[in-house]
Amino acid sequence: MKIVIVDYGAGNIQSIKFAIKRLGFEAILSNDAEEIKAADKVIFPGVGEAGSAMKMLKSTGLDKVIPELKQPVLGICLGMQLMCRHSEEGDTEGLGVFHADVVKFKNELKVPQIGWNRIYDLKSDLFEGIDEQEFVYLVHSYYVPECSETIASTEYGVEYTTAIQKDNFFGVQFHPEKSSDAGEKILRNFLTSNL
Amino acid sequence: MLTKRIIPCLDIKDGRTVKGINFIDLRDAGDPVELAEIYAKSGADELVFLDITATEQKRKTLADLVRRVAEKVNIPFTVGGGISSVEDVDILLKNGADKVSVNSSAVKRPELINELAAKFGSQCITVAIDARQVNGEWLVHLVGGKVPTDINLFQWAKEVEERGAGEILFTSMNNDGTKAGFANEALAVLSSELKIPIIASGGAGNMQHFTDVFLKGKADAALAASVFHFKEIEIKDLKEELRRNGIEVRL
Repeated sequence: MKIVIVDYGAGNIQSIKFAIKRLGFEAILSNDAEEIKAADKVIFPGVGEAGSAMKMLKSTGLDKVIPELKQPVLGICLGMQLMCRHSEEGDTEGLGVFHADVVKFKNELKVPQIGWNRIYDLKSDLFEGIDEQEFVYLVHSYYVPECSETIASTEYGVEYTTAIQKDNFFGVQFHPEKSSDAGEKILRNFLTSNL
Repeated sequence: MLTKRIIPCLDIKDGRTVKGINFIDLRDAGDPVELAEIYAKSGADELVFLDITATEQKRKTLADLVRRVAEKVNIPFTVGGGISSVEDVDILLKNGADKVSVNSSAVKRPELINELAAKFGSQCITVAIDARQVNGEWLVHLVGGKVPTDINLFQWAKEVEERGAGEILFTSMNNDGTKAGFANEALAVLSSELKIPIIASGGAGNMQHFTDVFLKGKADAALAASVFHFKEIEIKDLKEELRRNGIEVRL
């Protein structure tokens, strides 16, 4: 199985590579369109700020490549947010894969949300073997509201989308690579299930 | 609901843990990676590595350690100790650290916080503040709490937030090492005045202290070293106790 982690210069992607290795698979890091298109599974990470991450994607031409992919794609954290239509962060146009817009937490709670919170209303084979109300690790200031493509929700002052799916495209707001055993199971499901 | 975090802190020198660690099931008590794996399995929510190496090889030794931890550990970890530049942070994040913490270098040159937040995002920038209450006023201290400044804790914390820090790790030098509880009054002020999460440090001695730091100190996370290293408190027992007291934790 060929696993490619899209490497466009955004943040810490070693942890995802290491997590995949702990599961017994090897992933390669690449920003090459042909290599990404040839993968069986694509992971689209992202840490940092939406505007600058989008600029990096555009400069490599990957903003055109990713929405056209046919194999399962998993956006993680900012990666998932960039796959939406628009983000309030830096008033950034996204890739438009998911029919959702990213907004900032406006409640009285601490921002960024940092730590472990629960996921529920799980609606995908991505969560095979995962209990309702399982804990995952999250770090973010912006969120995707619940929508028709939501496949998992979390509550932080507001109920919002912590996982989303449109056809072969998946996105998770949490960090499966840092979410202990549950996160590893979700990552394994993405790599091994016929999604 | 977001849970309160329990964070063991490991002091590191030349790639090894320094404080005496009393784990009978450790093959090598000085190996931070093995200890980190045990903590991850025992229910720690995050880990902090505080590097006190003062040699020229510091940067490389620390980067190697971060990489070895990232390979093995499936919970988030923060690295701090002597970090003073964008380049320092870049190396640590590239090797797999989730967050870095800066302390004295940010006091000496506050723009560092803006630079780090702009380049890497606020979410991975923790600012550690050591402070001591002197004649009623909380003053920021440098170099592991040894050197006093005339900077007010609360003003500095506010500035740190405005400059883009993602969270604050506050250590009370009055409480650190006393095992008499956290500085809950100061913590509660910080937590109500700031929008970013506050990690409490210094003073943990028993399980009640953790209940107090969350209920009275309004902290978002609590950090401790010796009570965990010497197994005076098991993280699982602590979390069960916190849950009994109505505090949301990951169990």
